[in-house]
Amino acid sequence: MAFVLSEDREREVSDILSRYPNKMAACIPLLHLCQDANEGWVSEEVILFVAERLQISAAQVKGVVTFYTLFNQEKPGKHQVWVCHTLPCALRGGEHILHHCEKKLGIHAGETTPDGRVTLRSAECLAACGQAPMMQVDKEYHENLTTEQVDRILEGLLKDG
Amino acid sequence: MLKLTHYLTKNYADPLGHTLAVYEKAGGYQSAKKALGMGREAVIEEMKKAHIRGRGGAGFDAGTKWSFMPKESKKPHYLVINADEGEPGTFKDRTIMERNPHAVVEGCIIGCVGIGAHVAYIYVRDELHLSKARLWQAIEEARAKGYLGKNACGKGYEVEVYVHTGAGAYICGEETALLNSIEGKRGEPRFKPPFPAQFGVFGCPTTVNNLETIAIAPTVFEVGGDAFSRVSSLHDFKDGGARLFGVSGHVKRPGIFEAAVGLTLRELIYDLAGGVTDDRAILGVIPGGSSSPVHLVDELVNVPGDPRFEPYNGKSILDLPLGVDTYRGIGSMLGTCCAIVLSDAADPVLALQNLMRFYRHETCGQCTPCREGCGWAERLLDKIVAGTATLEELNRVTEVAYNITGNTICAFGDGAATPMMNFTRKYRKHFEDYILNQASHQTRTLVV
Ligand SMILES: Cc1cc2nc3c(=O)[nH]c(=O)nc-3n(C[C@H](O)[C@H](O)[C@H](O)COP(=O)(O)O)c2cc1C
Ligand code: SF4
Ligand code: FES
Repeated sequence: MAFVLSEDREREVSDILSRYPNKMAACIPLLHLCQDANEGWVSEEVILFVAERLQISAAQVKGVVTFYTLFNQEKPGKHQVWVCHTLPCALRGGEHILHHCEKKLGIHAGETTPDGRVTLRSAECLAACGQAPMMQVDKEYHENLTTEQVDRILEGLLKDG
Repeated sequence: MLKLTHYLTKNYADPLGHTLAVYEKAGGYQSAKKALGMGREAVIEEMKKAHIRGRGGAGFDAGTKWSFMPKESKKPHYLVINADEGEPGTFKDRTIMERNPHAVVEGCIIGCVGIGAHVAYIYVRDELHLSKARLWQAIEEARAKGYLGKNACGKGYEVEVYVHTGAGAYICGEETALLNSIEGKRGEPRFKPPFPAQFGVFGCPTTVNNLETIAIAPTVFEVGGDAFSRVSSLHDFKDGGARLFGVSGHVKRPGIFEAAVGLTLRELIYDLAGGVTDDRAILGVIPGGSSSPVHLVDELVNVPGDPRFEPYNGKSILDLPLGVDTYRGIGSMLGTCCAIVLSDAADPVLALQNLMRFYRHETCGQCTPCREGCGWAERLLDKIVAGTATLEELNRVTEVAYNITGNTICAFGDGAATPMMNFTRKYRKHFEDYILNQASHQTRTLVV
C-alpha cells in the first residue's frame, strides 16, 4: 500500500521544505518524519514516497537510508534501548550494563524481544561520557546508571500499555 | 592556572536558565545588537582580537576563519554550526544546547554578520532530543521578540536560524561530510580544496564553526575582544578567553567545568574532578577526545628554543597549560579539550581494542587505507586480546597506522591511527605480555 502522511505531518513537511534552497536538503528530516509515522522504520514504500516528494531518485534515498545508523530498515520493537559502550562509558561499566540488559531481556544486542516490545542495541559515544554509564531509551537519556535502575527501566518497558 | 569562569555556565544551575527571560536578565542579545551596528569588518576585527581558537578540535582562529569568506559574491553565504558532538569523551556542546541555547542563537546572529550570511543551520546529532527541543524553543522565542527574522534586532539585517539533524554517523562531524549531510546526501567527506569558504553547502561560501565557538561570540562582544583574550593565561600563544573543559573516565567527579584557557590537566583532574577513582595512580590521559594521543604522566615537556615554553620545560605534561599551541608544541593535540582518564586498574590493551571497534564502526569507507586499516587493526587487537597473536602481528598494528596516516581524504584516518600508534608504543609491555605470557599479568578489565 502506498505510504501517505497525515495532514498535520504534511504541514510539517512544507515547513521543513521552506528552510532550504532546494528540495533534496529535506531528505534526512523527511526520512525522520516518515520513520516516526511508520512505526519506527523506513520501508520501500517510504523510500518511494520520499523520492517522489523531493523529486530525487529512489536509489539516492536508499543510499542515504543505508548510510545512517538511525534509519531502521526493519521494524524495531515498540521501545528502543541503546547502551553506550565506547571507552569513556566502558571505563565506568558500560559493557556491564549492556550485558545486564542482554540477560534481563533474554536477547543479544541488535535483537528484539519475542513479544516485540524492546529492541536492544549497543551504541557508540552518545555525548554523555561524564554521566557514564548511560543508556538511551527512545528519546530519553538515563545517566549514572546502576543495575537496579536498569532493571526498573526495563521492567517498565516490558509492562506498559 | 586554575581560574573558574561563568560566561557560558552562569545559568546552568537555574532550571529556567534556557529561557529567554533569564537570558535577557543577564544582558542577552545586547551583543548581537552591538555587532549588527558595527558591520562586518569591525565584527571580524573584534573577534580576531579575542583569539578564540575553534572549539571543535582543530583549534583554528575563529575571527581569521570568518575573514576567509569572500567579500563580494553573488551567491548567498551560509553559517553552519557543528553540534554533531560524537568524538568519544566529548560532551560539552550538549550542555550549552540544553542549558544556554540562547547563547547559540545570539552567537549565530553575530557569526552571520561576520561572514555576510543571512541563514544559519545548526547541525545537531539526532540522539540529542532535548538539545534540539531547547534550540528550537530558543529560536521561536528570539523570533517572537524580533531578535531574529527579516529585521533582526531592529537593525535592518535578516537572520534566520534553523536546526538540522543528522541520523547517527560520527563522520558527519567532519565539516565537509556535515555539509553533504545537510544537502540530503550520504555523510561522506569531500576532497579539499575547494574549501567551504569558497564552495560549501549548496555550492555557496560557507563557514563551519563548532557550537561552543559560536556560543562564546556574545561574550566576546560583551567583554571586548582584547579583554576577553586576556582572561586566558595563554594570551601570548594567541589562545584567548575561557572554554569548557571536560573530564570522564576514572575520576571522582567527572563533568564539564568552565575555566580560563590555560588550565592544566593536573588542575582539571585533581582540583576540579576530585582526583582519580580510589586514589589510584594514572595509567594514562587522553587530553581531548579519543583521536588525540594518550599520555603517560611521566612524559616531560621539552620544547627548546621557544621562550614561551621555558616555565614548563622539564615538568610533567600534567602541568602544561591546556592550549592549542602548547599541545601542538609537544607533538600532541588538544582536540576537544575533554580528557579521558585511565587509572592503573585499567588495561590499556582492552582500551585500544574498544577504540578500534569504534573507528571500524564509524569509518565512512571511501578511502581504502582507512576502511581496510580500521578493520584490520580491530581484528589484530581481537587476536592479541584472545592471546593468539604473534609479536609480528603486534608490530603490524603500528604498520597499519602508518599506512593510514596522511593517505586519506579526511582527518578521521589520522584520528584512528593516533591511538593505534600511541597505545602500542607507550604500553608496549602490556601488549607483549598478552602475547608472550597469555596475559598472566594483565588486569583484563577497564572498570575500576
Ligand atoms: C572525524 C571528524 C569528526 C569531527 N567531529 C566534530 C564534531 O563532532 N564537532 C565539531 O565541532 N567538530 C568536529 N570535527 C571538526 C570539524 O571538521 C571542524 O574542524 C570544526 O567543526 C570547525 O569548527 P571550529 O573551527 O569552530 O572548531 C570533526 C573532524 C573530524 C575529522
Ligand atoms: S579517512 Fe576514513 S572517514 Fe575520512 S573519508 Fe576516508 S574513509 Fe571516510
Ligand atoms: S562514551 Fe558513552 S556517552 Fe561518550
